[in-house]
Amino acid sequence: MKTRRVTAAVATVLAVSLGAAACGGGNDSKNNNGGGSSGAKDSALNSIVNASSKKGGTVNLEDSDVPDSLDPGNTYYGFVQNFSRLYARTLVTFKPAAGKDGLTVVPDLADSLGKASADAKTWTYHLRSGLKFDDGTPITSKDVKYAVERSNFAPEALSNGPTYFKAYLKGGDKYKGPYKDKKGLDSIETPDDQTIVFHLAKPFADFDYLATFSQTAPVPQAKDDGAKYVQHIVSSGPYKFASYEEGASASLVRNPNWDPKSDPIRKALPDKINVKFKVNPVTVDNDLLADKITADITGAGVQPQTQPKILNGKYAKQTDNSYAGATGYMALNLHVAPFDNVHCRKAVQWALDKQSVIDAMGGSPKGDVATTLLPPSVNGYTKFDSYATAGHKGDVAKAKDELKQCGKPSGFSTTLTARADRPAEVAAATAIQNSLKGAGIKVDIKQFPSGKYFSNFAGVPSYVHQHKLGMMMMAWGADWPTGYGFLDQIIDGSAIKPSGGNNLMELNDPKINKALSDAISNTDSSARTKAWGDIDKMVMDNASVVPLIYRKNLLIRPTSATNVTVTQAYLGMYDYTLLGSSK
Amino acid sequence: MTAPIETTGAEAETPPEAVLAGAKKAQIEGRSLSQIAWTRFKRDKLAVAGGVVVILLVLMAVLAKPIEWAFGLDPNQFHQDLIDPALLAPKGSWGGMSWAHPLGVEPQYGRDMLARIIEGSWVSLLVAGGATLLSVIIGTVLGIVAGYYGGWVDSVISRLMDTFLAFPLLLFAIAISASVQDGFFGFNGLSLRIGVLIFVIGFFSWPYIGRIVRAQTMSLSRREFVEAATSLGARGPYILFRELLPNLVAPIIVYSTLIIPTNILFEAALSFLGVGIAPPQASWGGMLSNAVDLYTADPQFMFVPGLAIFITVLAFNLLGDGLRDALDPRSK
Repeated sequence: MKTRRVTAAVATVLAVSLGAAACGGGNDSKNNNGGGSSGAKDSALNSIVNASSKKGGTVNLEDSDVPDSLDPGNTYYGFVQNFSRLYARTLVTFKPAAGKDGLTVVPDLADSLGKASADAKTWTYHLRSGLKFDDGTPITSKDVKYAVERSNFAPEALSNGPTYFKAYLKGGDKYKGPYKDKKGLDSIETPDDQTIVFHLAKPFADFDYLATFSQTAPVPQAKDDGAKYVQHIVSSGPYKFASYEEGASASLVRNPNWDPKSDPIRKALPDKINVKFKVNPVTVDNDLLADKITADITGAGVQPQTQPKILNGKYAKQTDNSYAGATGYMALNLHVAPFDNVHCRKAVQWALDKQSVIDAMGGSPKGDVATTLLPPSVNGYTKFDSYATAGHKGDVAKAKDELKQCGKPSGFSTTLTARADRPAEVAAATAIQNSLKGAGIKVDIKQFPSGKYFSNFAGVPSYVHQHKLGMMMMAWGADWPTGYGFLDQIIDGSAIKPSGGNNLMELNDPKINKALSDAISNTDSSARTKAWGDIDKMVMDNASVVPLIYRKNLLIRPTSATNVTVTQAYLGMYDYTLLGSSK
Repeated sequence: MTAPIETTGAEAETPPEAVLAGAKKAQIEGRSLSQIAWTRFKRDKLAVAGGVVVILLVLMAVLAKPIEWAFGLDPNQFHQDLIDPALLAPKGSWGGMSWAHPLGVEPQYGRDMLARIIEGSWVSLLVAGGATLLSVIIGTVLGIVAGYYGGWVDSVISRLMDTFLAFPLLLFAIAISASVQDGFFGFNGLSLRIGVLIFVIGFFSWPYIGRIVRAQTMSLSRREFVEAATSLGARGPYILFRELLPNLVAPIIVYSTLIIPTNILFEAALSFLGVGIAPPQASWGGMLSNAVDLYTADPQFMFVPGLAIFITVLAFNLLGDGLRDALDPRSK
């Protein structure tokens, strides 16, 4: 369930991303060092554009669709994780700041980051004093415990969110959720109203990142009615709901019971925040260009039709081309001949003209050529290229040499799968097919609907083996911005499932599995960070992953928007706790 | 209403007398029905033009590979230096038109549009023509049987038609293309895809023609010439296929020429769902569905396959109208 959700909405999911965009060495490095109001191209990547400390104004947001839910305990969408911070404070959160600073985890409800035991299995948080819900009742650690329980253990009512707490908490596999078992989960302790202690089943040094999930935002048990809670969410942040109409709109106004003294990270400048759902996607773009709205809440970038209008000309300086925290790659299945032979895998690595793939997908606004599995905006990204060729154009001579060692000197035939309703993915597959032809590798493209891609086709090893699907298009974003958050579900042997799995290579290398579990038990964060890069290298040496693109969003920054900055922590969209409006 | 053209004879055929003016009486009687129809058809300049275009299209489709070879066109050759990937459009105006690429190049890959239009013609016409033929054969046979026999036969066939019309065709198309694998009935790769498309489109659209044929048959089967044949001892199959079928030729032909273009567009819809023709093979429908995403950036990309389909549709419709007038002058 968890992983299917991740993949079903990988571009929209809270694939949070670490590392500043500028470190990627991309072509979006035009820094606006003044951090001022000029608003040059890409200036919101590393500075706060139109900085303002003036209170007032209305922020208007639009969404071409609807999110899974605005209930902080029932969402997997990255933009809801970001947006919900206006009305739902979590134990810790990402710092609202420009550039790389935005990846720092800072205390929010808690007065400090989690205190871990030496074995990284027990995590303790202490709440600030003076915290209140919008009805004036004090926020206690029991409300946080209840919020975690309802969001992770009651799929019959709240099915959308990730279930990492369930996976890591002791006894999490047995607990039936607060609606069925009122007693609560023993492995979350609340010794007093200010303290909460999490007992984990296995060492997990990234726990502070889990505590940034909107699932740790307190929910008063007396006010909770499961799936209907979204109609009357009780606010713990600077704004509360004035109105909410399912699938149409939401409106936030100031919460008088929010005390700025208890909240060092939010400025809460605008008076009002409106969201409109189900707006035509091209209308959203046009409204941004006409300065009628403040931001596209999904933060996934403009429609293909809008792109040519804004790349050059007067709107160009109002664009930000941010890393989306996701990598597009091609998985080579280790159990489908000839990819059971490492030399045949390496032949593909060498033969592929990656630049042509990027050009077919829409060029640099869509992303940069990828040489690693981890994207540049994830903590642990290390820049390297095990199969470097001039201009990323591929090297047929080296590919032919590998083919010879593989025992297929004249090449081979194989099948490449892609999701039919994703035009950019089909375009990439077509370019791959064309480019591998040069080395004698004949590719037949098979397309499947994205809704069933993992549950019925590419994610089902028996189907893959039977139909000899040697190569599969894939894209992945992390659920939290560290190497572990990114890699765990796609390269660990335990991620191979009979159906709905995301380890499409069926990579089950004991050395890689062990490196992952060793690193996540390590409470030394710099050693951990280095380990992710080393594991990435091990995967590239195995050659079963062919990285193609570090995805990017092309965002529009309307002129009336103030305090605009891209948050690396949430898929490269704008930070909604900072965003204001001069209107 | 269709008249029984079986009733030959000079007195029933007054209108063509103008054409046949000056001819001897003996020659008039010697002419067959098809000769008369052909004479009428030739007078309709638009229909002849439509027919000529259809013949040219079919020639282009049949000779696609030799034409590409003769002019050195490669429909799958990338020219990514000719496109600006960020703008999602070819460099230069009019979709990158040049002497080397008279109809421009495709965005994304820079493949030659002219080559792809020629290459796509045989796929599109084969799929549309094959699917039309399949649905017309099934629809005519079942429609004529249902209409003539009536009773429980009609009930069964009519409910069958309803079932087919209610069938979620797209879901079925996705399911069948996922489950049918290489080696199915000895088909592989492209030929398998074309076969699947013909089957899916043709097998599920027969009730439309089936209903038309059934209704026509019901009205025809109460005519005197059918009663005459019956009283002379003719049996079912003879009446169905020798008496009734010739009178149904006109509506069948007209309907066929109308659904050929619909089927070309259907192939486009299926390509969009990924169950159509697989890349890199060109097909008009596939080109059109790719162009939908990019129409503001590169309108030319939609215009070229759109024009090709438009010309085909128009030509088939003109031809169909002309044929109907020629076969059944009283329907005017």
